[in-house]
Amino acid sequence: MLRSMVDWMGWLPENVSTFGGDIDGLLRLIFVLTVAWFLITFGTLGAFLVLYRRRPGRRAAYVRGERLREASWVLVPVAVVLVLDLWVDFRGAPVWARVKIDRPAEALSIQVTGRQFSWEVVYPGPDGRFGTADDRQFLDEIHVPAGAPVRLVLRSKDVIHSFFVPNLRLKQDAVPGRDIEAWFEATRPGRYELPCAMLCGFGHSGMKGWLVVHPPEEYAAWVREQWS
Amino acid sequence: MTATVERQARHAGFLRTWVFSTDHKTIGRQYLLLGLLWALAGGLLAGAMRWQLAWPDTRVPGWGQVGPEAFNMMVTMHGTIMVFFVAMPILLGAFGNFLIPLMIGARDMVFPRLNMMSVWTFALASLVLLASFFVPGGAASAGWTAYPPLSARAEYTGVDWGMNLWILALALEFASFLMGGVNYLTTAMVLRAPGMSLLRMPMTVWQQLIAAALFLLSVGPLIAGAVMLLLDRTLGTGFFAPDLGGDPLLWQHLFWFFGHPEVYVVFLPPLGFVLDVLPVFARKPLFGHRWIIGATAVAGGLSFVVWAHHMFMSGMDPRLAMPFSVTTILISVPFAFIVFAMIATLWRGSIRFDTPMLWALGFLTMFIVGGLTGIFNGSAPADIYINNTYFVVAHFHYTLFSAVVFGGLAGFTYWFPKMSGRLLSEPLGKAHFWLTLVFFNVTFFPMHHLGLAGMVRRIADPLQYEYLVPHQWLNVVATVGALGLLASQLVLVANVARSLLAGRRAPANPWQANTLEWLAASPPPHLNWGPSLPVVHRGPYEYSVPGLAEDWLPQAAPAGRTV
Repeated sequence: MLRSMVDWMGWLPENVSTFGGDIDGLLRLIFVLTVAWFLITFGTLGAFLVLYRRRPGRRAAYVRGERLREASWVLVPVAVVLVLDLWVDFRGAPVWARVKIDRPAEALSIQVTGRQFSWEVVYPGPDGRFGTADDRQFLDEIHVPAGAPVRLVLRSKDVIHSFFVPNLRLKQDAVPGRDIEAWFEATRPGRYELPCAMLCGFGHSGMKGWLVVHPPEEYAAWVREQWS
Repeated sequence: MTATVERQARHAGFLRTWVFSTDHKTIGRQYLLLGLLWALAGGLLAGAMRWQLAWPDTRVPGWGQVGPEAFNMMVTMHGTIMVFFVAMPILLGAFGNFLIPLMIGARDMVFPRLNMMSVWTFALASLVLLASFFVPGGAASAGWTAYPPLSARAEYTGVDWGMNLWILALALEFASFLMGGVNYLTTAMVLRAPGMSLLRMPMTVWQQLIAAALFLLSVGPLIAGAVMLLLDRTLGTGFFAPDLGGDPLLWQHLFWFFGHPEVYVVFLPPLGFVLDVLPVFARKPLFGHRWIIGATAVAGGLSFVVWAHHMFMSGMDPRLAMPFSVTTILISVPFAFIVFAMIATLWRGSIRFDTPMLWALGFLTMFIVGGLTGIFNGSAPADIYINNTYFVVAHFHYTLFSAVVFGGLAGFTYWFPKMSGRLLSEPLGKAHFWLTLVFFNVTFFPMHHLGLAGMVRRIADPLQYEYLVPHQWLNVVATVGALGLLASQLVLVANVARSLLAGRRAPANPWQANTLEWLAASPPPHLNWGPSLPVVHRGPYEYSVPGLAEDWLPQAAPAGRTV
């Protein structure tokens, strides 16, 4: 148990998206850096508390830390913090761009609309266009093929909801009045839970759906079955 | 002015002395009492929430069944109460009022009547918030951040007047702290004792002033937002309603433009207490005193350009995320400086572990943890996963709980002898500290793991999610911790009660500290000082000056006794 409490990254659910590994890698980088700083600061602090506890006949040193020479004892580690900050930023920027900005051009489009307290999932059907007769709507279930990019258009009919699939490492709020796009490519078939991540009213707890990732041929069969 | 106040004080009856008083110390105590009452309410709400999360749909002792509506109300009101009705009245209202005049050598605030109006406006805000629990539909339940459209129309939550009263209570609370903030800043500008230059003011005063300035500069947009929200709710305007041409994200920008500086408004005063406590108990000057003032100002300035880090997933232009992520992570630079300077203050000190020092060290250690987990949230791509999970809940309790409770109690135990004229019990104080430290970590540490496992915030029943069922034991651990944390506070109640009823009388300066408030009697009389004001000769942290017999040198002492 102790080991699992120390290894935070072991708590992430299985990653099943193409970009999830990038996010996990970034989380791991931050984890390693922060654990290192935790050990350094707690170690130094603990050592000082023991070494410099009050003892009879010993007087504290008169060090004001105002001059640059003294303050640099603190400024140097602060400079290291700055460098590590920038490292996290530079490692993070391409990950953010990959997940949120550079969406693949060709993808299966699905409209996902939140309402109190479920997700309406609309497929454009064989003609590839929304708002036509061959659209199909499902409730709280999204079916996608593994190994193909999927484009989501997130909407809401009432309040703000948040589309979150922990296994995909994907989260995006759905805001009434806006079409917000998101994308993912699932790598592993399976059923993955989809909790709403934004307080949306009394049914927020329990507002959830399922992402069903099929192997490609099974997905083709599912499509045939729905649009036959 | 002084003569009038003095004359009034001599003839003042009970009401003028204890209820409608203009004395900054009485007003400070009034804020403290109100804040502590709200802390009890906010704590009990948290206890009931934690019970529901560990053992969903069982009866909470003393409450009954907690349904999803009641749970959302508890989430909302716990956050609202703790930030606006506990942290602010205690850390700013109580300590700011009590300490600023004493620490700068003034007889009172510069505007004593405005000060009285401030506390009574806060009392009115408290009444309005309390009333909101009892109107049909119950108290607000749209989260302490009150995101519209959820907060903008009664039909979405079933809460009607509860939400209107919530807005009204907050507006009154802001008015109260605007009056307070103007008073703090003006008092420090014009009423400093002879010799009290700005850089000789103790860190507590500095941090109160920076907090007041941040509040004054940031609250405007939120007040505008609150008016719009109230109009949307009562007159059917559409500032935040997309079907009427409004935009829900406008509220988020206005709220967080205030909300992030507000975090520092709450955080900086207890940081100041701890920065004042550390040198006293290490018997050493505060390391890099002026640098810390600069670092705090930098952090305060940065806090105005980070607000959208609360909105990475909101649907705002995704190209905005990385700039806000960079400014957010940069905040770690000034705070790293402050943390390292605190540790450096202990280096080659002569450290006494009295109760205030334990709380100060508790603040420092827990804040380091909370500061480090902030890097996860601050990184926009990492936040894609972390956002709105329990990881965030863990993070802001490690930062804010450590500030409000650990930092607040560092101040409370340090200045209690000055406020009450009595000493607290050291054994009870230490027991209270260790119990609180242990149960705090039992409560909040597992929330990091729950968050990484994907548990989202503000759900009433984790067992509704298959992927959370295997982790439910951690929710039980957190709840046991929370109940222990609540129970541990009885030790504080016992300690304070024992001290007020039968505690030893406090000398003027029980900790051998340098700052001016320890020159006054404990408790200080009306108008604080005798016939003449203290004269300040040096900065506040002259401990263990070489060549002197004592290891402390009060700010008002003309010269130290040489060996």
